[in-house]
Amino acid sequence: MSPATAGRKRTGRARNALLGAVGVLVAFAACEALGRSGMVRSTFLPPASEVLVRAVELGGDTTFLNGVGATLEAWATGLALACALAIPLGLLLGSVPAAAQATRVLIEFLRPVPSVALIPLVSLLLGAGSETTVALVTYACVWPVLFNTVYGLGETDPLAKDTLRAFGFGRLAVLLMASLPSAAPFIAAGVRISAATALILAVAGEILAGFGEGLGTFIAQAGMATDGTRDVLAGVVWAGALGLVINLALTAVERRLFPWAPEHRGSRA
Amino acid sequence: MTAPATPLGAARRLPRTLALRLGVPVVAVVLWQLAARARGSVFFPTPARIVEHGYHLWFSGPAERAFLTDAAVRDLLPSLGRVLAGFALAAAGGIVLGLALGRSRTVYALCDPVLQFARAVPPPALVPVFVVVFDLGTPMQLASIVFGAIWPVLINTAEGVRGIDPLRLDVAATVRMRPAERIVLLYLPAALPRIFAGLRLSLSLSLILMVFSELLPGTADGIGFSLTDAQTRSDLLTVWAVMVLLGALGHLLNSALLAVERLALGRHRAAHRT
Repeated sequence: MSPATAGRKRTGRARNALLGAVGVLVAFAACEALGRSGMVRSTFLPPASEVLVRAVELGGDTTFLNGVGATLEAWATGLALACALAIPLGLLLGSVPAAAQATRVLIEFLRPVPSVALIPLVSLLLGAGSETTVALVTYACVWPVLFNTVYGLGETDPLAKDTLRAFGFGRLAVLLMASLPSAAPFIAAGVRISAATALILAVAGEILAGFGEGLGTFIAQAGMATDGTRDVLAGVVWAGALGLVINLALTAVERRLFPWAPEHRGSRA
Repeated sequence: MTAPATPLGAARRLPRTLALRLGVPVVAVVLWQLAARARGSVFFPTPARIVEHGYHLWFSGPAERAFLTDAAVRDLLPSLGRVLAGFALAAAGGIVLGLALGRSRTVYALCDPVLQFARAVPPPALVPVFVVVFDLGTPMQLASIVFGAIWPVLINTAEGVRGIDPLRLDVAATVRMRPAERIVLLYLPAALPRIFAGLRLSLSLSLILMVFSELLPGTADGIGFSLTDAQTRSDLLTVWAVMVLLGALGHLLNSALLAVERLALGRHRAAHRT
């Protein structure tokens, strides 16, 4: 990249950041105006500034932060469990065609079951507690990781595999030395997609359970209180911020680890 | 290694493939049946009883109503209507807004952070807000579905439009294409693969949000309602039957979308080749 294009890219990026900031301000002002104008009852849509102040206030509230911690714990446990299940299974299905064929019908009927629909069953089996949330998160997160692992294995360079085989390496060695590294960026992308789903499920599970501690519980209880919309929206701001931070962090980790992955090539250069 | 090279090879492999594909699920179901029967647990009824229960519950009605029972009319049709209407609204809104945003770099940069934030909000977190604003009922459920499912379509459409080959834009300018023609001939076809990727995500989100919004206390009908209703009565047979039904419904909707995608993208690819 020549210095000139690098410079243009940098000013372009600065311009985009500035425009983005303007966009945020405009959206904020619009919500504020809508809340203050009296067009919408302020119990329905409190002014944006009040919501923001409340969200900042919650940042100093230990009970609330403990709840967020509990949500994140369920999120992380479920996601880790899903990876522990889905990556080995994906490696098996991706490298043994017979296994893939055998499980295909099962998977195609399990996957479309909306994970939220499992809440009543799982809470009857496990009781309403963090185990239920973790089980739901795990179920929902298995699929993206599984499919991305299988897909990534299919994209492995056959030449690399043949070379290793020619050197007399066994199936497992080829899998670990050639297929796994080349599938790793796809697996990481699957984990990133799952992380967003995991947050949806963690919050949904808590909202429906309605007690215990957690971000979803906070939102559900605020939703039932009179005049609680401000608290609900402050909780939503927290949920959105968490989702954003998680996504940014995972994207950054991916870029660090796999700069050659097709998704990052364009944004890096 | 996996794909059979000749039609003859494929024909020879067909019995084996079929046996593998259908054999394992059949064995799994039979094992479940035997195990559930031996244990007799209330929590895990046998597959045969679940299917029978579901059939009696929903599909044993009179022939003139396509065998749907009253319960099916009360539970399945409203849910189906909501999920289809919500998905259609989210898809249409997402494509229109995505086209509007993706065409201008300035507008896209303006909206990008707000969009990223909106997408990062877990949709169920907003449902309590909609409950307050719309009260319980179909408008609230539709709003939840649309607001949750619109982002993947919107962002993917905008990205697809942005990724369009600049050469094609130059050509369009040279032949003085009108804006409407540009959208139909240029932007939509170019963004189509990404739009469908977004639609697939939105469809599963729509299903999730449909069930979620019906699970909330105070709902009066729908699949989600029958699920909570069965849960409070500890009627596990119905809970399982609903799960099987939802799996089948999700599979059906997804297959339908894939068929549309194959049709649309096939035509799109054919058009690009000539």
